[in-house]
Formats: sequence, C-alpha cells, structure tokens
Amino acid sequence: MRIDLEARGRPSVLMIWLSPVIAIVITLFVGGIMFSFMGLEPLNALYVYFVQPLTNAYQLQELVVKATPLILIGVGLSVCFLSNNWNIGAEGQFVMGGIAGSWVALTFHGMEGFWILPLMMIAGALGGLLWALLPAFFKARFNANEILTSLMLTYVALQILDYLVRGPLRDPDGFNFPESKLFSPSATMPLLTDGGRMHLGAVFAVISAIAIAILLWRTIKGFEVKVSGEAPRAARFAGFSEKGMVYFSLLLSGALAGLAGISEVAGPIGQLLPVISPGYGFTAIIVAFLGRLNPIGVIFAGLLLALTYIGGENAQILLQVPGDATGVFQGILLFFILACDTLIKYRVKITGFGGKPVAEGES
Amino acid sequence: MATAKKTKTKKAPKEASIPLLEARDITKAFGSLYANDHVNLSIKPGEIHALLGENGAGKSTLVKMMYGVLQPTSGQMFWNGNHVIIQNPAQARDLGIGMVFQHFSLFEALTVAENISLAMTGERSLADIAGEVVEVSNSYGLPLEPDRAVHSLSVGERQRIEIVRCLLQHPRLLVMDEPTSVLTPQEADKLFVTLERLSGEGVAILYISHRLEEVKRLCSAATILRMGKNVAECDPRKETPASLARMMVGEDIAEIKASSRKSGAVRFSIENLSRKSDDMFGVDLDNVTMSVRAGQILGIAGIAGNGQEELFALISGEQVAPESSVIEIDEKTVTALGINARRQLGVAFVPEERMGHGAVPHLVLSENTLLSTHAIGLHVKSGMIDRGETGRFSSDVVERFDVRVPRPDPVAGNLSGGNLQKFMVGREISLEPGVLIVNQPTWGVDAGAAATIRQAIVDLAEQGSAIVVISQDLDEIFEVCDSVSVISDGRLSPAVSTGDIDYEGIGLLMGGMGASSEKEGTDSHAH
Amino acid sequence: MDTFTAIFLTVVSASTPLLIAALGELVVEKSGVLNLGVEGMMIIGAACGFAAAITFDSLIMGFIGGMVGGAILSYFFAVLVLNFATNQVATGLALTMLGLGVSGLIGEPFAGVTIQSSPMEFLSFVGEIPVIGPILLGMDPIAYIGFALLIGVAWFLNSSRAGLILRAVGDSPTSAHTLGYDVLRVRLYAILFGGACAGLAGAYLSIIYTPFWAREMTAGRGWIALALVVFASWLPFRLLVGAYLFGAVTILQFHAQGAQIAIPQQFMASMPYLATVAVLVIISASRNRAKANTPASLGRVFVPDR
Repeated sequence: MRIDLEARGRPSVLMIWLSPVIAIVITLFVGGIMFSFMGLEPLNALYVYFVQPLTNAYQLQELVVKATPLILIGVGLSVCFLSNNWNIGAEGQFVMGGIAGSWVALTFHGMEGFWILPLMMIAGALGGLLWALLPAFFKARFNANEILTSLMLTYVALQILDYLVRGPLRDPDGFNFPESKLFSPSATMPLLTDGGRMHLGAVFAVISAIAIAILLWRTIKGFEVKVSGEAPRAARFAGFSEKGMVYFSLLLSGALAGLAGISEVAGPIGQLLPVISPGYGFTAIIVAFLGRLNPIGVIFAGLLLALTYIGGENAQILLQVPGDATGVFQGILLFFILACDTLIKYRVKITGFGGKPVAEGES
Repeated sequence: MATAKKTKTKKAPKEASIPLLEARDITKAFGSLYANDHVNLSIKPGEIHALLGENGAGKSTLVKMMYGVLQPTSGQMFWNGNHVIIQNPAQARDLGIGMVFQHFSLFEALTVAENISLAMTGERSLADIAGEVVEVSNSYGLPLEPDRAVHSLSVGERQRIEIVRCLLQHPRLLVMDEPTSVLTPQEADKLFVTLERLSGEGVAILYISHRLEEVKRLCSAATILRMGKNVAECDPRKETPASLARMMVGEDIAEIKASSRKSGAVRFSIENLSRKSDDMFGVDLDNVTMSVRAGQILGIAGIAGNGQEELFALISGEQVAPESSVIEIDEKTVTALGINARRQLGVAFVPEERMGHGAVPHLVLSENTLLSTHAIGLHVKSGMIDRGETGRFSSDVVERFDVRVPRPDPVAGNLSGGNLQKFMVGREISLEPGVLIVNQPTWGVDAGAAATIRQAIVDLAEQGSAIVVISQDLDEIFEVCDSVSVISDGRLSPAVSTGDIDYEGIGLLMGGMGASSEKEGTDSHAH
Repeated sequence: MDTFTAIFLTVVSASTPLLIAALGELVVEKSGVLNLGVEGMMIIGAACGFAAAITFDSLIMGFIGGMVGGAILSYFFAVLVLNFATNQVATGLALTMLGLGVSGLIGEPFAGVTIQSSPMEFLSFVGEIPVIGPILLGMDPIAYIGFALLIGVAWFLNSSRAGLILRAVGDSPTSAHTLGYDVLRVRLYAILFGGACAGLAGAYLSIIYTPFWAREMTAGRGWIALALVVFASWLPFRLLVGAYLFGAVTILQFHAQGAQIAIPQQFMASMPYLATVAVLVIISASRNRAKANTPASLGRVFVPDR
C-alpha cells in the first residue's frame, strides 16, 4: 500500500472543521478495539469512559475543574506553537507557579484579606513566567533548543517541589507527611457553585481564551505571532524581532501555566503536595493541537481531554481498567489529530497493493 | 528496477531519420492543472534542440518526465523508435539520458566525488570516480577538484559538477535547463564550445533557455510551448530573437517607455560596508560603497550567490550593519536602524524570494500588505488591525498593477509567480517611497508581468525616487538602469553609466576581474 | 573488585543506554528526520523487553522484544511524518505520550518481578589483565554491543554507500529525489533503526540496569539522548564522550547520596537535567561549529511529487 499526498490549491475549509471530528471518531474506534483486547465489552467501556461522566451534575462540574488548567495552559501553548516556539515544559511552569503562589499563601497563613488571593495569583503567574524565562533566554541568547531545555527544567521543577514539600514548606504539625499546611480561606479559590469544586479558575480560563483570541485575530501582535511561526524570513522583513517573539510567547505561556498551577493548588487541592498535576502540562499540548491552536477551539478541546481524565477514573473504579489507558487514549488522539490535519492541506491518495508498481530509487 | 524495460542503446546505430527521443502526446496533470497538454517533441542524434516557453509553460515538467522524475498522466515516450516507460532517473541514465538541472540537484555538505557517485548506477569506489572526474573534467575544459565540499564552490563550479556527472555516464542525450543563467558571458562562451563538441560526437542536446540570442546562435531546432501546449516548431537560426519571443508569449511585449529623468541630490548611500557572513555557506561583504541620486536607477549586476542576499539584508536593515560603515537616507545616518525605522524614512524594499520572505504563502493578500505597511502607521491603530483599510489597500494594488487573482483576496500562495511579484512590487510602489531597493524584480516571472514591473520602476524614478535594482538579468539592467555596478564575491565595482559599458565588460567584472585588482590594491595598502 | 572498578562499571552501565539510544537517533537525524519520541520508544522497549524476558525466560528474547517494541512504535511515527507529512516535533511528542501510556499497560502485570542476570563466564580469561581486565569482565554484553554499534554506525555513515545515500537524503531530499532515490524509504529505514536502538536501550534499563519494571522508569533518559546528539554535533564518536559524561553525572548523584553529603537528594537528582541544559547552552552558543554537521533538512517536511 502506498500513500501519496497531493497539495490542495488552498486549505480545505470543510476539513478545518471536520478533521478534529474524524480524529475523535477514529480514536474512539481504536479505543474500542483496545478495550476488547482487555476483555471488556467495547461499547459499554466507551460508555463508561465518555458518556457516563456527562450524566451526573457533580461530574459535570469536575469536568470543568479538570478542564480549567488544561485550557489555561493550552491557550498559552497555542501562541507558542503558532509562533514556532516549542515550549513543552508547561508542566514545570505549572509546578513553579503552584510553588510561588503557595509561598505567598503560606507566608500570610492565618491572615485574612481580599488581597491575599490576587497576590497569590500574581506570584503564581510570575513563578511560571520566570521558569519559562530560562528556556527563552537560552534560546534567544545562545540558540539552545527550547524543546529540550524546557523539558529538562520540568524535571528540575518537580524535584524542587518535592524538596520544598518534604523540607521548608512542610506542615510542622503534619505528622511528617510530605504536605504543606492547608491554605486559609483567604488563600483559597472561591467556588462558583455550592457543593462542587468548580472555582474561579474556570473564569480565568474563559477570559484568557477570549483575550488571546482577540490578540491573535485582531491585533498586530497576533499577526506577528502567525508570521513568525509560518515564515521567519517574512517576519524579519516585517521588522518583527525573532528574539522578542521567543520571549513573548514563552513568557506568556509560562505565566498562564503558572496561573493554572496556583489556581489548582489554591482550588481543588488546597495545599501543596509532592504531586500537584496528573500531567496537565503535557496533556495541554494535545489540547492546543486538538483546538487547532485556536483559543476558542482550545476551550472545547480542554473539556474533551478533561473527560478522558474523569472517564479514566470512572473506568478504573467500575471496570478495573488501568489508569494508563487514559494516557494511551490521549496519545492516540494526538496521533490522529496530526494525521487528520494533513487532510486540510493535502488530498490523500492511497494506492492499493494491486496498483501501479512502485518505482524504487536505490538501484 | 525489476519492472523497468531495459534497452541496450549505447551502441545503437546513428540514424538521423529515427529520432533519438520522441515524446508523443504527453499530458501531465497536477490535480486540475494541466502542466503539459498533449505535448509532442522529437530530438535527433547530435542535434542541439531548443525547448522554449515562458515561465510556467511546462518546460520543466516535460523534461522531468523525460528523466523519470515525474510520470506522465498520459502519452508515450520513444527511445530510438522503441516505446519506453521511464520509471525513474536511474532508468533514464541507463538509457543514456543525462540532465543538468536549473536548481541544481547537488548536496552541499558532500564532496564533489560523493555528489557524482550518487548519480552513478552501480558500485564504484570513490577513489575510482575521483580519478575519472579529474580526467573527464579536464578533457572538456571543466576543471573540478573531487575532494572539495560543494558548499565551498561557486555557482559556476557547481554547474560543472552537474555537467561532468552527466558526461561520466556517456549520455546520448543531454538535457540542460537554463544552464547560462548562472554563468558570466565569458563562461557561457566556454560552455557553448563544450556543447558543440558534444554535439559533434553525436550527443543530442535539449537546451532550455530564456536567452534567445544564444538559442539562435547554438540551436538548429526549437520546440515552443505556451501554457502547456505546443505552439510552434522552428529553426531558430532562421528566426530573430523578437520573432521567437512573439511565439513564446503569443503577443508583442510592450516596450518600456523611456523616461526623461533628471538626477538630483543623493538620496541613499552606503560607505565602507564590510561584514562577515553569519552563515558558514554565506558570502562576506567587503568594503561595499554605493550611492543613488533622486531620479536615478542604479543596477547591481552579478551572478547569483555573490553576496546579493547579504547586501539586501544589510541595506534593508533586516540585519543591522556594523558600525564601521555608514548608511544614509536623505543625508540622515541610518546605519544602526532596523528595517522599520528605515521604512519610516521613506524607503521601501522588495526581497528576491517571494514565498516566505516578501509574502507569507498561507495568508491572504490583505494580510500580506501588513508586512510592510504596519511599520509606517498605516492600517494599525493602537495595536489593532484595521481590516477595512488593509482590504482597500490590497485591492487597489491588485487593480493598479494588474494582479490576476483567482478570487477576491486570495492567499498569496495561490498566485502565480508573476502575479505575486506584481503584487509585492505594487505594494511597495503604492507607498510612494523616496528610495526603492528591489532584489531580482522579475526573476522567474513571465514576460508580460516583467514588462509591467519594469515600467512601474521606471515611472517611480521619474517622480524623483532613487532606486537600486539588484538583478542577475543583464537585459533588465540595460533596459531600466542609468548606471551599473557589479557584485562579485562580496565586492562591488564602482558604478559606470550603462551607456559606457557592454555585456562583455560587465561579464569581465562578474568574473571578478575588476574587483579583484582593486582588492589587491587595498591589501598592499594595508601592509 | 576494587572501588574504582566498581564505580567505573556503574558508569558504564549508566552510559550504555544513553549511547545506544543516541546512536539510533543520530542515524535518524542524519536522514533529515527529527524524532523527539526517543523517550516513548525507550519506555516501550523497557516494557516489551521486560515482558519478553520474563515470558520467555530469556534475556536474549528480552532484548529482541525491546527492539521490536521500539521499532513498532517508531513505525507509527514514520507513517505520520513520512506519509502524512505531519509536523515532526508534534508527532514526536505524541509518540512519547503514547509510549508512556502503552508501556504502562504492557508493564503492569510484571510490576514487582525482578530478573537475575549473570556476568559473562566465557570471557573469564580477560579477568587476568591488570586494571582493565576486571572492567572488561564486569561489563555486560550490551555494553559491548553499544561499542560495536558505535563503530558500526561510524563506518556506515562515513564509508558505506548506503550511508552516503542516507547523508545525501538528509542534506537535500529534493536533490536525492531528483536523482531517483526513494527519500521516504531511506527515512523509514532510518526511523526503524532508531526505534530499535531506543527499544534496546530501554530493555537494557529494565532487564539489566534496575532490573525491574516501573512506570516512567526512563525518567527523561530519552530526552537526554536527544540532547547528546546535539552535544556530539552529529559525530558518532563524540557521542561516546557525551554518554560517559552523563553516565558519570548520574552515578555521582548516587555516590553523593551514599556518602551522606549534606546536599538535598533532590538537588543531586536534578544534576543530569541541569547538566543537559548547561551542555545544550554551551554547545549551541557556537553556532557555526554545530552547523557544519547539522543535516540541512533536519525536521523539514518533504513531500515527493510524481
């Protein structure tokens, strides 16, 4: 079998909308096959995974809770990826944001005041921003690959968190458990509803998505982002600074990841723990791509990926499906999203085994 | 190769009556676009046959099918009267077809011998190949050092690799795509001697060139394509360049209306610009000095790859010039300023590369206008883009410069090369710049678009703008410029009036004759 | 066995997986493809290798299993980037995520099991050689395979015709296509080789190095292998230096912990990652040096027209 690509004259508008849908459908199909290999009834397993969480008001709220960090990070990553800056260390920036914000919360522990939470948010965003500043500086100044440096710094951030939670920030009255004090009410995210965990972070997520959408579609800065990513020489011709864009995109996404980090710690978690993320920073990469690097698309993609987390937990409890199945789903989904995006720019022609003989060059 | 039909042809009898290669009714479709539409061509042994046509007429597509790089959608090829399906280049080489590509098929990081080895069928040691390279290249007057890495070679030397690579295979048919576009007139003369000798040895040559003078001089037959179709066959020796051009274009090309320009004050000048290239494979600029007056058009001639790109980057301010140099716009020093600050002083720029430099292929034309207009405060208000304004501006350009668009406000990538070039030049000229710097204004565009662009440049000069035209097309230089400098290996010769120099003179400067003696002078001065 | 020998042997075993995975990636990158999924292929190799070693009760089958697992995963990458012309960076990330997930599923039934490996009896005579004798004897077969692979890759790239074709494809796929080489096929073989190498490196981790299965046990080694290729400026023998440097840093961390030096263990655990960042910054700062060997088409999509 051979696959030939034929460039379309212009991108297919139909496919821009259809390709994520196709990717999701194929992923569900492959997921069903995976479940039947595990000895499960595929349709039932898919139901437990993807439908049941939507039938329950509490879990619907949880969906938003999990989507909140994914959207915040995913929106920032969209700007990065559009400008061809590959920040894949959002997980580390998330953690550093969580740490920085927590430090404020713990410093003013026991105090009351409307200013504590905003200060924590600012500190969180700054923490993420500063952690992203490192790969940005290394790239702009030394031309070091940001993919590798940002990722390496994620491992370092996780070690720092571990150190702090077991050391300086540990709750002295906590029976030596590796966790900080529970944040006081003034340092906790206000909830949006009674009886759920949905918190103010969800509002941040929506606002940031809309703000970035306006930035990308209406402003000259957004134009700069797109040109820098698509045609670096044209960006130079337009007088846009390449290094400036490295800083802008990485710092913006770092700050949003940091904000997500502190929102998570001050929200559903309520204290600093050795693990504060089930991999939101990495999953947000999928969210960004599934959302077509479009901030509004990211909102929907964030909700969908949040569903894989909740469905995964559901399936773990009800069907004893291993937790790693969620990671597999996410990986497969990104794979098919990327493959289906090819349909936008190309027509794919598949020549069967009986087709024209294939020419070989290595003679 | 298993399915390829092999034909022993190397010792085929030389019969003039049977064509060596015949393409019959060849059609090649890319999607809905017909690059070749029932094209016929036949070449006899020992014949130098011209394949003529405008850019986009389908010449390259046709020869790629002859070489097995592309497969025809329909139609047949005959080699010595036998039907052949040329599945891939290796098979084409086995038949005896050699090809010299316009955009070289070379590997910059590899050596000459490795490059040649890659185009040879069968296992042969590099040392063996190196020996033969030296032998063959010297016997044809195309000297090559087999151990040099390609990136260190000049464009002319690179072409030699392509030619020698073909000759080592003892081809029966040699296809040459625009071979002289990278040569000085003197180097081209040497090439013609080689080609005539090969023709005398019975090798057929299919010769693609847009330089009709040399076609008339060299070729004994010609096939002319227009928009993918055969339009004429003729004997170029019995035609004039003008009549050949008419057959190619299908209509008369408008002559540039000469203007009566008076030169005024110096509007743009560069002094002592030297800069080592950041790129290992780039060209270092050495003490470039030039100036242009109001109403004047200065041409910078030169073979591609002699520092034009580097010079453009520094003139435009895409790259900031070193402090040791002085760049002035209307007597204001701009050496340390970037491209946008220079635009604000009334300079406009047109880069050579259309896709990805002067325009972003996936963005629509109205967005592409922003590339150069945002800096001078047009179309952007407190950071927000005024889409109404960009739309109006770009549709004005489209109308005024006759840009043919498939639909209103298409993405730039959907335009043909000529139309996108008209758009880019039009975008800059619409800003009524005091100084215009344009790199290769009509490279790879059709004759009609070229005429429009050249006329627009001349008209702008008439309004008192100072213009620098960097071009490897000498006809263009003589057609539009008042004076000309030649860039060679990063050095720029002093400007001479175009009335006081001819092709030969420029050719000598291109080869570095004039500039190198000057360089020796400065060197001895330094010691 | 003296302390020096013991320490050196631990360095060798920490370096071997890095060397093997980086050699595979070097070949892939020389063909012009950037596969960022080394971490994913490595972890799959670790899971498949461990599972195969236990299931067939054979170390050899374990290593083969690891290579096959890594190669299969890399094949998915190849189909996407070659046939579907997807962005190589994004696809490599997807590969890593998929590998981490799938390896968890494969490895889960084997959690808690350990493997006993034995030194190579048949080499006992080299033990007589002073100083290096015990080292040579103490090294496991995969360490030797790593050296053999290094020499093999260096020879392949510099002296074989296939290696010349591979470099040509990485330098200019357009030219290679024009001359009639099947660019996508050459790249496919390179990607599969890279996948098998990463798989072998992963299997080494789970079968010899730890030796047990744990989720995410590669702990960023795949990424470090990627950084090593940059560090080595695409020269095979420099990879050896890099791999041993990083092996030494990793081991240093354990010995520092053992010596009860008053540095937080989390800081020591960060050392390999910080060292990677430092090395990348230093190497990348001199652009031209790295650029000389960088495959010109690295990471760019190539779609052949026919």
